[in-house]
Amino acid sequence: MIVIRTPGRLSVRLQPRVLAVGTVCLLLTLAVGVLAVGHGEYPMSPTDVLRTLTGGGSPAEEFIVTQLRLPRLATGLAVGTALGLAGAVFQSLVRNPLGSPDVLGFTQGSATGALVVVAVGGGSAVLAGAAALGGIVTGLLIYLIAWRRGVHGYRLVLVGIGVSAILTGVNGYLMTRVPLMSASRAMLWLTGSLDGRGWSDAVPLLAALAVLMPALLACAPALRMTELGDDAASGLGVRVQRTRMLLLAGAVLLVALSAAAAGPVPFVALTAPHLARRLTRSPGVTLLPAAVIGALITVLADQVALRALPGQLPVGVVTGVIGGGYLVWLLATERRAGRL
Amino acid sequence: MSTSRLGGSGLRLAYDRRVVAEDLTVAVPDRSFTVIIGPNACGKSTLLRALSRLLKPTVGAVLLDGADIRRLPARAVARTLGLLPQSPTAPDGIGVAELVARGRYPHQGLLRQWSPDDERIVAESMAATGVDDLGDRLVDELSGGQRQRVWLAMALAQQTPLLLLDEPTTYLDIAHQIEVLDLCARLHEEQGRTLVAVLHDLNHAARYATHLIAMRDGRVVAAGEPRRIVTAELVEEVFGLPCRVIEDPETGTPLVVPAARARVGTVAR
Repeated sequence: MIVIRTPGRLSVRLQPRVLAVGTVCLLLTLAVGVLAVGHGEYPMSPTDVLRTLTGGGSPAEEFIVTQLRLPRLATGLAVGTALGLAGAVFQSLVRNPLGSPDVLGFTQGSATGALVVVAVGGGSAVLAGAAALGGIVTGLLIYLIAWRRGVHGYRLVLVGIGVSAILTGVNGYLMTRVPLMSASRAMLWLTGSLDGRGWSDAVPLLAALAVLMPALLACAPALRMTELGDDAASGLGVRVQRTRMLLLAGAVLLVALSAAAAGPVPFVALTAPHLARRLTRSPGVTLLPAAVIGALITVLADQVALRALPGQLPVGVVTGVIGGGYLVWLLATERRAGRL
Repeated sequence: MSTSRLGGSGLRLAYDRRVVAEDLTVAVPDRSFTVIIGPNACGKSTLLRALSRLLKPTVGAVLLDGADIRRLPARAVARTLGLLPQSPTAPDGIGVAELVARGRYPHQGLLRQWSPDDERIVAESMAATGVDDLGDRLVDELSGGQRQRVWLAMALAQQTPLLLLDEPTTYLDIAHQIEVLDLCARLHEEQGRTLVAVLHDLNHAARYATHLIAMRDGRVVAAGEPRRIVTAELVEEVFGLPCRVIEDPETGTPLVVPAARARVGTVAR
């Protein structure tokens, strides 16, 4: 443990391993990002990309980078960050390693919102808005149903699974009601894709991250205390129910807005926190490393989808394979037994 | 009459509509080792929950230093009043020193994460509970008695003048029960802390408490020094157990010996 102290009684505690993992993953993410911007019909070398990003490119390069390729990368980074962060919050809140937006029903809620728009017709902005709204309403609904002298992890999971089952049924029904052309649009949305994303897709989520990420990180110490149990956390001076409500609201917003930006990219929210915990070897929740790893998985998966596989697959097809595969490998090779 | 920083009068304690205690009045004497006893479902744990601000009385208020404990800022309460609940959860893979350090939470802030005081107090708390040589071990790997000492160390690191313990000896074997209670008594004597514990075992309560609160059906039947209040009549009234009360040969405190099963006649020759 490294402690940095100032003469004015300020002190910051850092775990060297957390710092190292976070830095390495951040650098990897940036490297993948530069390669991603260089990839396309007009290939650019990493030096060209960096030169253009710092303002030294030709007008054509400038246009290609900032208007065509950067928005896609920014959307991917924002979606991955949001999902990694929200996933870590969910897993800690429900004290269950399976607590993710896919299991708790928020993803299905976003899908319902999107499918309704597909069914009645509407542009991509309306669809994004409906997806965000669907996720938020579902989150609120689950919270209200699960409330009983406060919200507790186990009830939240069960209510979430119930609501998610209902919504899966509703979504199936909606799919049968839409015309074939719309159904394929819906399917593509449901897989999660970064194709053709522009700044208008990335900006709302980036803005939300700018506000919510510091807010969630500020709640992280209190969240860590709730892992000792509600009573013990209260005894330490945590206002358990208020903390839980704020964290849940922030995480639901991030998931809903990332669904609006790229559709429900699966598995990032589940895998990133696990990878973060294992790589940092820290007990309990690690929000920031989970966010960085979420971003890395997402942009990496998008690159693999674009380059390594034939037929320009949407990113959602690959996140599961990469993230899940790495998680399974890590679990299989982990030496220390008994740690989930 | 000693002073009291923690207590309440005319409290009604209830879960939803189920009333556990009505018009309950308690005062925890300063610098006492107060033990609350009573049969199952008598409301002793509920009382401890109310005293630790986990449960809001539906009538009346628990007062901490004269102020309604529910209206005080949570962190300020946590710097005065510590709580060790019955079954806290240790996060997977957490180390002993790290868990004890969490007791410093109410004294820390976003920019004051680990002061020299924090470091010193965590070390002292671990030494006081005899877990200083376990610092790098994982909590999951410890025995029940060791684990309870680690949790006590965490509660001590909170550095509160008042400390509430909900059945701290449950799930421990007799040797570890005594070990934990001896430790509590030492903390009470040496550090001058006020301790409030819910205990199941009447003889442990009579031996270690300086102030005993006996409850039945949500009422306080008797409160005071064990030597004064623990009588065969009280035990009969509170637990419905016929018994004799003799002097503990080790400590001179009251010792409750349950009456033998009544014999039905004598064996005929």
